[in-house]
Amino acid sequence: MKCQKCAKPATFHITDIVAKGRHEEFHFCDEHARQHLAPAEEVVEASPISELAKKLAGIPGAGGAAMRESTAADKQVCPVCQITFLEFRNTGRLGCPYDYEVFRDELMPLLESVHGETRHSGKVPRRAPRNTQQQTTLIQIRNELKRAVAAEDYEAAAQLRDKIKRIEREQA
Amino acid sequence: MTLDDMTRTSGEWLRGTGPESDIVMCSRIRLARNLADFPFSNRASRGEKLGVESQVKAAVEAAELDAVYFDVNAMSNLDRQFLVERQIVSSELAGGEGPRGVAVTPKENVSIMVNEEDHLRIQYMLSGFRLPEVWEAIDDLDDRLEENVAYAYSSSLGYLTACPTNVGTGIRVGVMVHLPGIVAGKGIDKVFRALQKINLAVRGLHGEGSQAFGDFYQISNHQTLGKSEEEIIRMLTDVVPQILQFERQARQDLVTGRRQHLHDQVSRAYGVLKTAQTISSEETMLLLSSVRLGINLGLIDDLSIATVNELFIQTQPAFLQKLHGGELGVEERNVARASFLRSRLAEGRGDDE
Repeated sequence: MKCQKCAKPATFHITDIVAKGRHEEFHFCDEHARQHLAPAEEVVEASPISELAKKLAGIPGAGGAAMRESTAADKQVCPVCQITFLEFRNTGRLGCPYDYEVFRDELMPLLESVHGETRHSGKVPRRAPRNTQQQTTLIQIRNELKRAVAAEDYEAAAQLRDKIKRIEREQA
Repeated sequence: MTLDDMTRTSGEWLRGTGPESDIVMCSRIRLARNLADFPFSNRASRGEKLGVESQVKAAVEAAELDAVYFDVNAMSNLDRQFLVERQIVSSELAGGEGPRGVAVTPKENVSIMVNEEDHLRIQYMLSGFRLPEVWEAIDDLDDRLEENVAYAYSSSLGYLTACPTNVGTGIRVGVMVHLPGIVAGKGIDKVFRALQKINLAVRGLHGEGSQAFGDFYQISNHQTLGKSEEEIIRMLTDVVPQILQFERQARQDLVTGRRQHLHDQVSRAYGVLKTAQTISSEETMLLLSSVRLGINLGLIDDLSIATVNELFIQTQPAFLQKLHGGELGVEERNVARASFLRSRLAEGRGDDE
């Protein structure tokens, strides 16, 4: 992991409690850690962009061109949870399991940079994992239900609710 | 079991038993898991979070853990903080919003957070250096939960998590170590750098505000994708003994080089804790760390390590306020803390309930 403020390796991982029940993590090289910890020095602004999002912007060998490319990628929307790639970049959090497929091309270099590998080699759930179709159907129908309720289309909402119950029963 | 009952007990992981427990306070593993049929917590509506909560609660019940579920959403801030201090919930869960909670077993070895960053954050802790044992237990628990819920999983990327830094195994394997010798010998930066090089993270634990938590550090893995759980555990079980050796050497250096100075420092620390009338959290942590070192080096012989371990938690703000039965200002807390310390230390040895 690199220092948040320069290209040196981060050797300090600092967790600050910024307010009751909230904390923030920092990753710094020696020099920037010292700056951060010295109260008289500049105050580090609480950045809205997560450390992860910064990492994403700074994928090795990407540089400025990647920023331009990423603006196109930013507009991608997950059909299941409706999150845009830009929202992920800003928060560092994905919206649903299906995002790993929708944003696959953008996520792979990030996974490579964070983990040094891109393929799982560990525990496999005992139950056969559901296929993508099964995994996403319910999330999608629940979204449709939310929209139907918002549009006050209660007839559609009732049908969708029944459909959800049916699928849940089938999967149980 | 209620939260008030918990003020009269303490977690098994504080017991100070198990291998290397003079330095390794506890071994901890957490697994991040999500339900396949719901968006991740940050994207879930209130209704969806309730859905996740009820499914997980049912799965926990079916797993027959003898766990109690606490509704964190309905709790006061003080109670939330109380759970954070005990390492049962994360500050993210405490400070979050919407339906969320935690299932805890009576010995506090197991906690299952619901609707944290991931739908489930399963944690298993044991006192001492016992990572393989912890893995065996949490692996089994994970299997039992999975009998009743469908996890989001892909064969190529493993367990899918809200943050890509946890994807794959979703595992965080860690030990909480007490390193007063290395700190006194000014070697802690070197340890940080060495661990960094082999891809392990070291974090200082923090108590009230941002002051260090009595020379305790947490060493854990970063990487969750591409290595198996066993490989990740092996990284820790290979490296931690070297740190323990380094700490033992540093302690030995203190004893041989500056025995009188060390004995004086330990005795003064113990004396202040036994007699102070008002004391800050910061000073308490510092002195408890000296006392803990003193017990391990045989300089104090009328106090159990379990009592000192517990005091690190029981002198935190929320615990003191729970004991008092309501909120206390900083000054009042300092008085309450000193009074609590005096009474606990007067009980002395033999208190290892």
